[in-house]
Amino acid sequence: MSDQTPIAGEEEMAELSPDLRDEYEGRLLLAQRKDWEINEAVLRPMMETGPRFWIAVAVLGAIVAWGLYAWGYMVYYGLGAAGINRPVYWGLFIATFVFWVGISHAGTMISAVLRLLKADWRRPITRGAEAMTAFALMMAGLYPLIHLGRVWKFYWMIPYPNNRFMWPNFQSPLMWDMVAIFTYLIGSSLYLYLALIPDLAMARDHTKGWRYKLYRTFALGWRGTEGEWHKLHRALGIFSVVIIPVFLSVHSIVSWDFAVTIQPRWHSSIFAPYFVMGAVYSGLAALATILVVVRSGMRLQEFLRAEHFDALGKLVMVAGMGWIYLWFAGFIVEWYGKDPVIMELIHDEISGKLAPFFWLQMVANVLPVILLAFRKIRTNTKMLLALTLLVNVGMFTERVLIVVGNLQRNYLPFDWGSYRPTWVEVSIVAMTFAGFILLYLLFSRIVPYVPVWEIKEGRLRYSLRRIGRLLVPTAAEIE
Amino acid sequence: MAKAAKTSVEETPPEEGVRRWGMVIDLDRCTGCQACVVACHAENNVPVVGEEESARGRSMHWIRVERYWEGEYPNVKARFMPLLCQQCTQAPCEPVCPVFATYHTPEGLNAQVYNRCIGVRYCANNCPYKVRTFNWFRPQFPEPLDQQLNPDVTTRSRGIIEKCTFCVQRIRRVELDAGAEGRDVHDGEIQPACAQSCPSSALVFGDLNDPDSRVSQLARSRRAFRLLDFLGTDPAVIYLKGGETNV
Repeated sequence: MSDQTPIAGEEEMAELSPDLRDEYEGRLLLAQRKDWEINEAVLRPMMETGPRFWIAVAVLGAIVAWGLYAWGYMVYYGLGAAGINRPVYWGLFIATFVFWVGISHAGTMISAVLRLLKADWRRPITRGAEAMTAFALMMAGLYPLIHLGRVWKFYWMIPYPNNRFMWPNFQSPLMWDMVAIFTYLIGSSLYLYLALIPDLAMARDHTKGWRYKLYRTFALGWRGTEGEWHKLHRALGIFSVVIIPVFLSVHSIVSWDFAVTIQPRWHSSIFAPYFVMGAVYSGLAALATILVVVRSGMRLQEFLRAEHFDALGKLVMVAGMGWIYLWFAGFIVEWYGKDPVIMELIHDEISGKLAPFFWLQMVANVLPVILLAFRKIRTNTKMLLALTLLVNVGMFTERVLIVVGNLQRNYLPFDWGSYRPTWVEVSIVAMTFAGFILLYLLFSRIVPYVPVWEIKEGRLRYSLRRIGRLLVPTAAEIE
Repeated sequence: MAKAAKTSVEETPPEEGVRRWGMVIDLDRCTGCQACVVACHAENNVPVVGEEESARGRSMHWIRVERYWEGEYPNVKARFMPLLCQQCTQAPCEPVCPVFATYHTPEGLNAQVYNRCIGVRYCANNCPYKVRTFNWFRPQFPEPLDQQLNPDVTTRSRGIIEKCTFCVQRIRRVELDAGAEGRDVHDGEIQPACAQSCPSSALVFGDLNDPDSRVSQLARSRRAFRLLDFLGTDPAVIYLKGGETNV
């Protein structure tokens, strides 16, 4: 295939002005790579793991083990081991649950939405994004189990036929939650796996030993025939469309866990779009963070270039603007409503004991939006890393404020309370963070992190063509 | 609300249709003595969690006396308000339970099925009166409390929600006895532990659907109000507004 592509030679590139040359080089870089070069560049960092990798795995594994111990401790002694109480019945667990569901959002969005829009810059980052979705959802899915008073009875939430005709309550948002998360997890895992098949086959053809056996099994005998490609594209097209409503519904449902209650400040119609937007914001930021780290860790500079971080930075900025808008739209209505409980909560946030958290949330969520408006900052990976980490600090704080902050106050001042997490909660939250990174690390060493077939496909898009005396970079439409 | 619960094999009371158990609490009569709280603990096998856990907001009372101070020292007034499950007709706790552990009985009671509860605490979050209590640890009845457990009431396990039942075991006992003797339940025959133990008779229990019952008569008082009525929960507990209670 690559033979048909008009490839820009050295002398042609030299004709261009320096500015244009930089731009075209970025675009045409991969167009000039041969198949085997791309395979090699993706497979090498996968196979070669240095001592730093194994140290990281050991440390993360230790944190996960400690978190599992904390969970076991809590199951054994009761939920009282956590800091939750009356009236703060939900604490750090639910806040982190919302956070992880939020992180899981951007993966599908980037991949499905950009695939449908035929945005070409998505190619090298789709797999990293989809993997982020799957692993973040796995972590999120743990929390509905962790926070149960009797976790050993969790299956009562599953609608299974039984001889007592006992069904779960389909009116309960927790029921919707479970259905939504299962659907999303299954859907996004399949979506990840489908796009992985050609690359597993590629890896199968270039490996030996246990890796060969693994890839052979999971490549499902992919040979790369015309029919197979046709079916793959059709399937991905269908999935891209179907998964978008699912991804919108999941975080809406998570928001309804709060919004359908009559707890002041939770009972709000803006919660669904506000949560979805916040999820996209934090998810995109997390994706940028991960890509910066993976890029240097796996030496993928060739695939993950300034143009990708530029585009991703823009998306983060736009999502952040949306978050600010929806936050303000909710806040101003509450402020003018002057409901006494809501006013008490607002005062607590702005100048009371929640003020440090509130202002951290505002600074951490607003500052990146302003700074990411500059291309220099977007394409500077260190700045991008710092800003996107800041976004997620802000979004995590926001989740904690929504869950814990609001529960501390209610209609009867006698029942006001406060909340402080215990070592059990902190350990379990740390466990899911470490678990996520661990799964991601192992994943990046077992499957090709960069979607090789998509890169090869995208390579056909750009070429330098001569029209008369003019040298023109052309971009073709690829279906 | 929980429609599936309506089909359960609950025995409908004879003749006069469905009962609606309710309570009137006269705030003028409440002295804040907490006898109701103690009686409730004894009757319903409610565990005592101790000072430390209480301070962390883990106290377990199915009824509690909320005390509000009004004014600045030395012109201070104390107001007492016994608060128990309001047995709402439109109970916010019911639709949010994912497993139907909290449901509405035909007699308007807001029942908690301990065996079915998995402990998501969603009901407790959605209860505007915050009268649902959670078993944070395995309930303990240190000596000699274990000797006085009520055999008519089950003890609960850790990790589940429990709450006021209007002493449903007493309601059932009287209903069964009356049924065996072939007569109606008299007004005032059923007394939950809190109402029975109240020295100033601030708590009155009875059938709100019977217009001649004492609760119905008291509920028609000009002083009658329902707590957080604006939320539309339609509670079965009616308060009678208190005047000045100086301490």
